[in-house]
Amino acid sequence: MTISDNGFSTARRLILKGAGAVALIGLGNIPFGFASAFAAANDKYPEEAFKAKSDADAIKSLYGKTAEPSDKVKLDAPEIAENGTVVPISVSTTLADVTSISFLVSENPNALAASYKIPAGTLPSVANRLKMAKTSNVIAIVEAGGKLYSATKEVKVTVGGCGG
Amino acid sequence: MASTIRVRATSSGDTTEVQALIQHPMDSGFVKDAKGDTIPPHFIQELTFEYDGKSVFVADWGAGVSKDPYVKFSFKGGKKGDDLKISWVDNKGATDTTTAKIQ
Repeated sequence: MTISDNGFSTARRLILKGAGAVALIGLGNIPFGFASAFAAANDKYPEEAFKAKSDADAIKSLYGKTAEPSDKVKLDAPEIAENGTVVPISVSTTLADVTSISFLVSENPNALAASYKIPAGTLPSVANRLKMAKTSNVIAIVEAGGKLYSATKEVKVTVGGCGG
Repeated sequence: MASTIRVRATSSGDTTEVQALIQHPMDSGFVKDAKGDTIPPHFIQELTFEYDGKSVFVADWGAGVSKDPYVKFSFKGGKKGDDLKISWVDNKGATDTTTAKIQ
């Protein structure tokens, strides 16, 4: 081992520098950006709520509170859906400070179908198309001013044939 | 490769209405194919819309959303010629993104 002027082994310094460099490269290999982005996306996606079977469980999982029926939530859904795989359903509301709108189909294997985040500046109105396994209640949930409001409508689903 | 996202964003007054139609099987995982094997779940989980660098709408979807999903919403703001960015990610980690001009 060579000994430099200040008494510190050159070889030891080299090894330590090398070890440090390898450690830094090791850190660089950790996909921090990817991992955190992936985690962030999963944090936002309410996986558990979508796995819930009943609408009560799904609402509890998604919002942590219960909804009160409100006539300020206008749920538009057909009386009879001829094709249960594509049922056009929409909701709009006159409530203020809406932050979220969700749709549930009670008789579906997993009641929660869709949940929408409504940032400030976006109108509290959504139209979408949902699957319905069979005749069921469709529930629209609106989160406004930190409270939950709901509207429910029964949609009949015909099996085969042309309506009736 | 053509995008799976078709979008029409129209600005009228101070509001922009957005309609999006996306090509995606949205398989629920409950349906069996002709051979009797269950088709595994394959559906869009998150769909985001961004205008001027800010999120204007986020859809969290489950398998209960129809195949080739459609959604319509409106937001305040948006001018003709401005960009609207749409992206989705599904349960298999696949993604697609597109930018549309507000008409």
